[in-house]
Amino acid sequence: MSAPGTTNSGRDKAFWTAGIVIVVLYALIPVAWIVSLSLKPPEEVAQGGLLPKDPTLDNYIGDETGVFYDDQFPSALFNSLGIALIATLLAVVLATFAAYAIVRLDFPGKTLVLAGALAIAMFPPVAIIGPLFDMWRSIGLFDTWPGLIIPYMTFTLPLAIWTLSAFFREIPWDLDKAARIDGATPFQAFRKVIAPLAAPGMFTSAILVFIFAWNDFLFATSLTSTNRARTVPAAITFFTGSSQFTFPTGQIAAASVVVTIPIIVMVLIFQRRIVSGLTSGAVKG
Amino acid sequence: MAEIVLEKVTKSYADGFEAVKAADFTIDDGEFFILVGPSGCGKSTLLNMIVGLEDITSGEMRVGGERVNDVDPKDRNMAMVFQSYAIYPHMTVRQNMEFPLKLRKMPSDEMKRRVDEAAEMLELSEHLDRKPVHLSGGQRQRVAMGRAIVREPSAFLMDEPLSNLDAKLRVQMRTTIARLQQRLGTTTVYVTHDQVEAMTLGDRVAVMRRGVVQQVDTPRGLYTHPANLFVAGFIGSPAMNLLPGELDGGRLHLPMVDLDLPSEITDRLVDGAGGKVIAGIRPETFEDASLVSDSDAPGGTFTAKIDVIEWLGSELFAHFEVAGSAREELADLAADLESETMGSTADQAQVVARLDVRSEAREGADHELWVDARTVQLFDAASGDALLSRPD
Repeated sequence: MSAPGTTNSGRDKAFWTAGIVIVVLYALIPVAWIVSLSLKPPEEVAQGGLLPKDPTLDNYIGDETGVFYDDQFPSALFNSLGIALIATLLAVVLATFAAYAIVRLDFPGKTLVLAGALAIAMFPPVAIIGPLFDMWRSIGLFDTWPGLIIPYMTFTLPLAIWTLSAFFREIPWDLDKAARIDGATPFQAFRKVIAPLAAPGMFTSAILVFIFAWNDFLFATSLTSTNRARTVPAAITFFTGSSQFTFPTGQIAAASVVVTIPIIVMVLIFQRRIVSGLTSGAVKG
Repeated sequence: MAEIVLEKVTKSYADGFEAVKAADFTIDDGEFFILVGPSGCGKSTLLNMIVGLEDITSGEMRVGGERVNDVDPKDRNMAMVFQSYAIYPHMTVRQNMEFPLKLRKMPSDEMKRRVDEAAEMLELSEHLDRKPVHLSGGQRQRVAMGRAIVREPSAFLMDEPLSNLDAKLRVQMRTTIARLQQRLGTTTVYVTHDQVEAMTLGDRVAVMRRGVVQQVDTPRGLYTHPANLFVAGFIGSPAMNLLPGELDGGRLHLPMVDLDLPSEITDRLVDGAGGKVIAGIRPETFEDASLVSDSDAPGGTFTAKIDVIEWLGSELFAHFEVAGSAREELADLAADLESETMGSTADQAQVVARLDVRSEAREGADHELWVDARTVQLFDAASGDALLSRPD
């Protein structure tokens, strides 16, 4: 299928194909490099070459060197999963309500809320790390799950609210009204009619929030100190080599590969939901 | 089943704009009532107030004798059909129709019976398990109707339900809706901007302009006795010809002919009528002078240079121009009717005449036309109000 106004000649095709290949390679080479590093034994790490000469899983499950037998990696993985999932759930639920209210209701300060949300999203996180560190320590949130979940929500809610309000705007008002006349309370109209139609938007927001929480390094490294709440990106920096003279490049690479997998799985699952939601042509009556 | 009474119902917004001004009428039980007017006249706002989606700023509304100003839409037991149909896209046709019943916690066998019955009535039976995406415009429209019917509501409210359909389907659905309403006998309030729909469907019609109800009458009453220039210009297709005139006792000077008004007209003149007026002449008031059967009928003959002839088989429209127009007086009206100053230039007015198809009028040639003085309408040039009182 070609867009109107374009010719479908062979030269055009070759041009676009080459473009796509370049972009994909550009994006995937670092990933391939990390995977390759994670499969190399320590002696080979310093040598170049994309394909490991002697591939090994030692960096993953080796007795001495495997990340899964590391003191902190398994608990960091658990922390990462728990914190990211809870932050995602809370942020999406709250953002859904907020976005719905902003789109559907006329209340004073509506634009202020949206503008404020945008301002928070633009605020550099690094600027609040210092004060937050002190605050968290004095109120006992330092090195706890809520201590990370709260800042993650703060920085992802604005984005989620904006995304979701764009989706809610697409849903015709009339459906709302029809549900109300059909005998639904405002909440029933929301739950039975509006929310199912906004599901693709919720999944989109969920992915964005999850990725933010999962990848965050700044908060994770500043607001944690032990395995209680330290997430994977922070934990990786505490890896030690097998001797004090070896740098744990292989393990770091292996850990990076492991933490990438949940993200890929998450995106694949949700992407299917998003695409199926959009292509069922649901919203347009 | 319910009678809907509106008493000085007004809607004004925070910025002071009044969308509906003191609407005051009664919709009888079982009546097919139409709200008609150009876009922005407040007809949809009024409908939304009846169903409870918009608050009533002042005035009172009663349904079946009970005041409903502050009743939530879910508790009014009215069903509405939207212009966009507003069927739920994530539910099948059956789920759509069941939705209002489920919210009422109706037992499932009763629910199934009602849905099947409505589907049968609307020829939707074989589509019950399909999603709305896979339905045509007409089918979606019927689903929306079905969802309204299954509830057995006290009133149906329809907001331009046919305007998204193509012309042929619209005519078909118009008949379907009329039959359905007769069969169910439910009070129906129907909003449209299309005067043909209004005239064909309505038991009674309320014509609205700029938030003000101009006239509430039967279609026949609106057509033959419009209360003012707006109603006169809005109802009827092709529109009534509005020409400047001078009323001098029982004699009406028109740009192309002078008419001696018969007593049936002069008797109805309101006190003080005279001087500058606007005369309203429906296209069918004209006839080919050579084909007038009743030669004694009061009227006047004149010669017109025919510009365009439109021959439609069963009828024939002749367009011609006359000197002198009421463009200034009608400018305001033309804006509301969205017509280009009603086809007039500063000193010429376009006139449409509906003639007998046997007429030999030719384009570009002069032809003798006759105008019937018995059905001429007269309006005050300044206020636009009718100068003829309605006969009892």
